Amino acid sequence: MSGGPDIRLAVVTSRVRVEEKLIFTALERHAIPYQHLDERTLCMELTGSRLLPYTVVLNRSMSNTRNRYIAHLFEACGTIVVNNSRVIETCGDKALTSIALVGAGIPTPRTTIALTPAAALPALEQIGYPAVLKPVNGSWGRLLAKVSDREAAEAILEHKQVLGSPIHSVIYIQEYIEKPGRDIRTIVMGDQVICGMYRHSEHWITNTARGGSTTLCELTSDLVDLSLRAAQSVGGGAVAVDLIERPDGALLVTEINHTMEFHGMLTATGVDVADALVQYVRQVAQL
Amino acid sequence: MSTCPECDAQVTVAATAHAGEIVVCPECQTELEIVSLDPVELALAPEIEEDWGE
Repeated sequence: MSGGPDIRLAVVTSRVRVEEKLIFTALERHAIPYQHLDERTLCMELTGSRLLPYTVVLNRSMSNTRNRYIAHLFEACGTIVVNNSRVIETCGDKALTSIALVGAGIPTPRTTIALTPAAALPALEQIGYPAVLKPVNGSWGRLLAKVSDREAAEAILEHKQVLGSPIHSVIYIQEYIEKPGRDIRTIVMGDQVICGMYRHSEHWITNTARGGSTTLCELTSDLVDLSLRAAQSVGGGAVAVDLIERPDGALLVTEINHTMEFHGMLTATGVDVADALVQYVRQVAQL
Repeated sequence: MSTCPECDAQVTVAATAHAGEIVVCPECQTELEIVSLDPVELALAPEIEEDWGE
């Protein structure tokens, strides 16, 4: 890994998506030199010299596994990583995120973690049907299941067990919230909430990765306060906070994303998230 | 201009493209990764991995 003498920022990617192109454009607009690193080329000898030319790494890895190691490896070299390893570790695991949210007193749906499929059945009975099962380390709405009764729960839990991986046998159970056909995503950069959008879908899964549409969500003081507290609970940084509205209007935080996708944000809100992210990185690293 | 490694069709890559960007072959619709820009070289885009997300 080598940067030029003036290159203090590296941007690590898995793929160059719309988001990364917008980030590169923003960096060029602000005349911030950067090195683009493909994560597939990265390796680092831990016992060798750890002097790297970069002050800061903007970690845009799409792989939860590699994302963690990128953060830890660069931090071990004294490089600032956005987001840092604590944020990545916490947000990359739904159970750890929920532990952080509950610990900070952030309103969130009723949640139970069962360490085996067998332990999950009685927990589901307690939460009540319908309930939601999520993989602890999944994303893009994958492998979410709305479970309507015990028979469906038994079938899904058996599938999880047969998948074999120990992580699939850790069962994340959440009460099902009847939401108004939408959820909310806010973007937090450090101590500021820069914008919010609704993600609409007739399906109970409202991820834009699953085809949801987006519109502007006005930032109320409650939404700003909750978003900031939620972000702080996982270590701060530049994150996307997902919230849902209960039928009585109360806001609940469901998850926090450490390597946010924001391609729908510019159209929905007019806010250039890539530019804000670049400004945040510049501020954190004093570029 | 480069050729699709799947169907050999001509694929145009924008001057502003970056290495690592994904383009779609206009003929066979295969996702292709720009692996280098000078010269332009395309490869089949890597499959989405189980732990990819945000």
